[in-house]
Amino acid sequence: MRNVYLDHLSATPLLPEAFEAMKPFFLDAYGNASSLHQHGLRVRDALAKARTQVAALINAESADDIFFTSCGTESVNLAVKGVAYANRRRGNHIVWSEVEHPAVMNSVEFLEKEGFTHTRVPVDPTGRVRLDALREAITDKTTLLCVQMANHDIGTIQPVAEVGRIAAERGIPLFVDANSSAGWLPIDVQQLGATLLSLSPHRFYGPKGVGVLYRSRRARLVSILHGGIQENGRRAGTENVPAIVGAAVAAEVALRDMNQRIAHVSRLQARLWEGLRARIPYIKLNGPEPGPARICNNINISTEFIEGEGQLLLLDLNGVAVASGSSCVSKSLKISHVLAAIGLDHALAQGNLILTLGRDNTEEEMDYVVQTFAQIVEKLRGMSPMWDEFQRGIIDSVISPTGRGKSFSEHAAAVSGKPAH
Amino acid sequence: MSDTYTLYNKTVMDHFMNPRNMGDLPEADGVGEVGAAACGDIMKMSLKVENGRITDARFKTFGCGSAIASSSMATELIKGRTLEEAMNFSNQEVVDALGGLPPVKIHCSVLAEEALKAALEDYLKRHPESAAKTGAAHHPEAVTA
Repeated sequence: MRNVYLDHLSATPLLPEAFEAMKPFFLDAYGNASSLHQHGLRVRDALAKARTQVAALINAESADDIFFTSCGTESVNLAVKGVAYANRRRGNHIVWSEVEHPAVMNSVEFLEKEGFTHTRVPVDPTGRVRLDALREAITDKTTLLCVQMANHDIGTIQPVAEVGRIAAERGIPLFVDANSSAGWLPIDVQQLGATLLSLSPHRFYGPKGVGVLYRSRRARLVSILHGGIQENGRRAGTENVPAIVGAAVAAEVALRDMNQRIAHVSRLQARLWEGLRARIPYIKLNGPEPGPARICNNINISTEFIEGEGQLLLLDLNGVAVASGSSCVSKSLKISHVLAAIGLDHALAQGNLILTLGRDNTEEEMDYVVQTFAQIVEKLRGMSPMWDEFQRGIIDSVISPTGRGKSFSEHAAAVSGKPAH
Repeated sequence: MSDTYTLYNKTVMDHFMNPRNMGDLPEADGVGEVGAAACGDIMKMSLKVENGRITDARFKTFGCGSAIASSSMATELIKGRTLEEAMNFSNQEVVDALGGLPPVKIHCSVLAEEALKAALEDYLKRHPESAAKTGAAHHPEAVTA
């Protein structure tokens, strides 16, 4: 069967060079970096090199500003909670965008229970943070701004440099979540004015089990994991040395191949969206058009009158791996909060798919996906009462309204007795 | 297929990929359409009734794999049953016949039961004489297409 992997946001295959670099640290160089003998010192040396390699990817001032954690989520938790607690005497207010990843969202909501306050900054219909609203949200008590580099769902590149200027003007630390985007666009923490920035190496061909947090020494940060004094006292716990070494090699290669990867994947992104748009009626791209406003590897679509999980399952049965923000796919039965934040109609959120491209995908694969997906849409629409009712003028299309029939949401509310959330 | 991983068990996947009784009945005696407020899925069921017995059933579903499989299985189970038996139909029968559903997807089988009941309501509204015989209660929340 075909194997077309379009879920690089969930995980990427490990880079062979990274795998090779990791190998000695399992069986041979197994020491603990905190040990003072040769086994420990060898590993300590490897960690120092890894810090330098990762610092280069984001142009950090110093390798000492790089902390290794267990995953991207831990990096976010350390940044958000670590800065909030460190500055508790100065203030208790956090400003964050409403399209942040759940790692940020749930960390902020945890802090709310601890007595912190926060303001959620809205986005425009393409998912871009509203800078005027962000400016207005800042108070004298604000100690942290959180804005992602690019959105994990719909690929919107955020105006981080502008936010960085606002942060600098007001003297407030800026945390940038680059977990879903690092490796897929150039990042320069100094140019951006980012005080903290998180990376997730398994999104750019590094291993799982390791995360990175960059922290400029301008920002105070307290530890949230208590124990030994690893990572300069900011993150207790024995370092996952093989994973860190693999992550560093992946970072080095990502920097080296950045332009080439972006050029290749951008071409595939345009081809995929153009193909889908041409072949399938009543389909919508969520987020900005492919180009400078959108990250190069993300396509987020809503196909009307059918639901996302069925699309995902049938694509999988045809060898195409994708993700979906539909409520049926979510364990909470809720649509993606990002799709809700951009004001996407519930019916369109239900028909949502997220396709994330990688360096090994080909143009031929994009054509196969378009062809296969067109057949799947036809099959599922044939089974959908909504498609039939649209043909008969009972309900209308959200994407291309005909002016006949009631809206999908009105219809859904009438048959379920309650409005869909 | 044997060495691939699937989200649902074999029976559910089979009913999702090869749904039974998918479509509409042109001369249906009862039609019901219901939606799940929890997730937004919509299911429509059409019935043919002869001499107090369901002789044919069709479905159309806007929903996930387990919603499609649940409606397919429900139409299979319900064919040949009397109206009275059908009024007592429970979603658990769908779950059992499918060999189980993930806990978060049980509501899909409930939706299949509700679609069936809505179609029966519609039939009984059109045939009040049968309603008296089955002693069926009217469900005001059911809306017919």
